[in-house]
Amino acid sequence: MSIGFIVFTLLAIVGAMGMITSRNPVYSVLYMILSLFSLAGLFLTLQAQFLFIIQIIVYAGAIMILFLFVIMLLNLTRKDTVAIRFNASSVFAVVFAAVFFTQLLTAVSVFSKTSLDQNENYLYSTVESIGHALLTEYVLPFELISLILLVAIVAAIVIAKKYRGI
Amino acid sequence: MSVMHYLIVSSLLFSLGALGVLLRRNAIIVFMCVELMLNAANLAFVAFSRFHNDAAGAMMVFFVMCVAAAEAVVGLAIIIAMFRNKQTVNLSEFNLFKW
Repeated sequence: MSIGFIVFTLLAIVGAMGMITSRNPVYSVLYMILSLFSLAGLFLTLQAQFLFIIQIIVYAGAIMILFLFVIMLLNLTRKDTVAIRFNASSVFAVVFAAVFFTQLLTAVSVFSKTSLDQNENYLYSTVESIGHALLTEYVLPFELISLILLVAIVAAIVIAKKYRGI
Repeated sequence: MSVMHYLIVSSLLFSLGALGVLLRRNAIIVFMCVELMLNAANLAFVAFSRFHNDAAGAMMVFFVMCVAAAEAVVGLAIIIAMFRNKQTVNLSEFNLFKW
């Protein structure tokens, strides 16, 4: 068992639990950032350096800051920061998640338990190899992504804009 | 570490995200739980990519991250529009489609 895997796994789970249970959305975002950072660490234990950096910059950096901006913009009241109530639907939620997790566990238990070879290098770890794959084999989806991002920018402005008279 | 260990972590994080979606009533936290589920799927993709030494998994994670960024922007814009109508993001207040 490698130390990095265990530490990052525990931190990711603590972050996820903290995000679900904290009452204040700002604390939720901070726990989520912890969880995303430890997921980036798990990418690093898989030798995926490029995805590690992208995870930190795009997810922990950009997307989570966007969440923080929106939370601070919205001026949430006491009605929004409700704690988890224990009623029939929350019991259903816990049972559903537990059943779902056991199903996933039985599904993944068929995969190989042999350790990933540490001596064998992961071919797609560096920026160079990823960039080469992006601009040769995956060039069409790469171009389509730029279109999706453009549409998202326009859509966000159209949806969030205040219209007079509507 | 074997590929199975990473898949177990991935499925645990995915289940926690699903639990959060069902348990919480704050729209922003529900949205963050969806992001967590996306990330759990990403971890499984990277683990398989490393296991098979294949580019497809890493590429998929890259595209999922781009789409997640676009999705986060549009989703947060929808949450702002929701807040403008009702002055709250508590999902219990949004019962227009409830019969």
